[in-house]
Amino acid sequence: MSVLPEPSGRVVVTGVGAVTPLGTGVDVFWPKVIAGESGIRRIQQMENLELYSCQIAGEVPDFEPTDWVDKKDARRMDPFLLYAIAAATMALKDCGVELTEELKDEFGVLIGSGIGGLKSMYDQTKFIHDLKPDRVSPFFVPYMIADMASGLVSIMNDLRGPNHAVVSACSTGANAIGDAYEIIKRGDARMMMAGGSEAPVNPIGVAGFCACRAMTGRNDEPTRASRPFDRDRDGFVMGEGSGILVLEDRDHALARGAKIYCEIVGYGFSADAYHITSPHPEGRGAAKSMNMALRKAGLEPTAIDYINAHGTSTPVGDPMEVEAVKKVFGEHAYKLAVSSTKSMHGHTLGAAGAIESLICILAMRDSIMPPTINLENQDTDPLINHVPNVAQKRELNTVLNNSFGFGGHNVSLIMKKG
Amino acid sequence: MSTDIFERVKKVTVEELDVKAEEVVMEASFTEDLGADSLDVVELVMAFEDEFGIDIPDEEVGEIKTVGNAVEYISKKVAG
Repeated sequence: MSVLPEPSGRVVVTGVGAVTPLGTGVDVFWPKVIAGESGIRRIQQMENLELYSCQIAGEVPDFEPTDWVDKKDARRMDPFLLYAIAAATMALKDCGVELTEELKDEFGVLIGSGIGGLKSMYDQTKFIHDLKPDRVSPFFVPYMIADMASGLVSIMNDLRGPNHAVVSACSTGANAIGDAYEIIKRGDARMMMAGGSEAPVNPIGVAGFCACRAMTGRNDEPTRASRPFDRDRDGFVMGEGSGILVLEDRDHALARGAKIYCEIVGYGFSADAYHITSPHPEGRGAAKSMNMALRKAGLEPTAIDYINAHGTSTPVGDPMEVEAVKKVFGEHAYKLAVSSTKSMHGHTLGAAGAIESLICILAMRDSIMPPTINLENQDTDPLINHVPNVAQKRELNTVLNNSFGFGGHNVSLIMKKG
Repeated sequence: MSTDIFERVKKVTVEELDVKAEEVVMEASFTEDLGADSLDVVELVMAFEDEFGIDIPDEEVGEIKTVGNAVEYISKKVAG
């Protein structure tokens, strides 16, 4: 019987999977990210769109549930679960590991969702309004609760290690990866599938975010609506999807000759302790989380080559983040680059931190920085390189991903070439 | 027992449990032969209620273990 190598305290990424508004599968969506394409369109999943102040979103264009689950589950499961299952299935295949009984005991899952099964909630609540509570589906609760992506992925693959979920709004995906990284680092698992999934494009989801006055009103120009750092930005564009990474103890990955994308070296997280939806105007929580990630990674700020910004295209959020970056990185802020890929795939809420970490990893692999599209009139510090409109080739050794969420959560992850 | 009821039970069962029509025979047990778990059974019963416009009280759900049980139960309900 094989014996797993002792935990090394170091964690690498060995598999990736994604379902995004730019397509399903890393090979589909990554070339579009590099090409600067927009995945934003007029919403197709909802009716009576004219009633909503925001009528556009980043919907997954090519998703076929029965590619991933049987017909029965395809009909019943909330889309946030279907996206997570698809992304996890791709990530597991990509990592190429053989699931031995011994490894299954040491393989955990930590997939979060900012909200959970919102569509299920919306669909089933109709029975209450119709005074028919006994028509509520027995699958409503299990397929609505936010931890069920972790539950289902473990059940489908017999993964018996640590298993739970993270909920921290739009920083969920990044928190899940960071927490899974620490689980492996401290020796509680050898491998983890980690990430986030979200399916908010439904009537109550769109109406709710519209009511927060957080979303764009640029309905007539979907592909130009998400424009982080641009003078004419007017709110975020909602997206949906899932990003999942396979994290693995470095010695375990080396011992089996796995393809290693990168090493995760730093995880910072903090609270603004300021307001439920607005970021702290001086970005104190954001700066704290970036500083914590650098400290835990044992890196000087000058080590960072590229930042994938939270950059949601809201009037107050984007400049706050840039100011926080300047506070943390000083003069080096003008040497590194800070782009927001939300300009292309929209804001996938609880999946954002995971999809964007995945983008960071591929950017390092291919030595290319993805652009911020629709950046026509930069109104943040003009000396900051936001990679406007066109990808830039650059050797990237160490990158940082920021994610911030309603509630004042801030997360920063640092990844280094493996 | 009506053939019509059997056919409709079969149709609903095929849809709800994603099984093949030829598997849905009178002797088939929903849980043992057709792969239903406890939640599937609840949903299946709700689908029968919708299909036949009847009410199946929780305390009587236990009588419906096989396709034959369902056909027999529903036949009585719709006749009554």
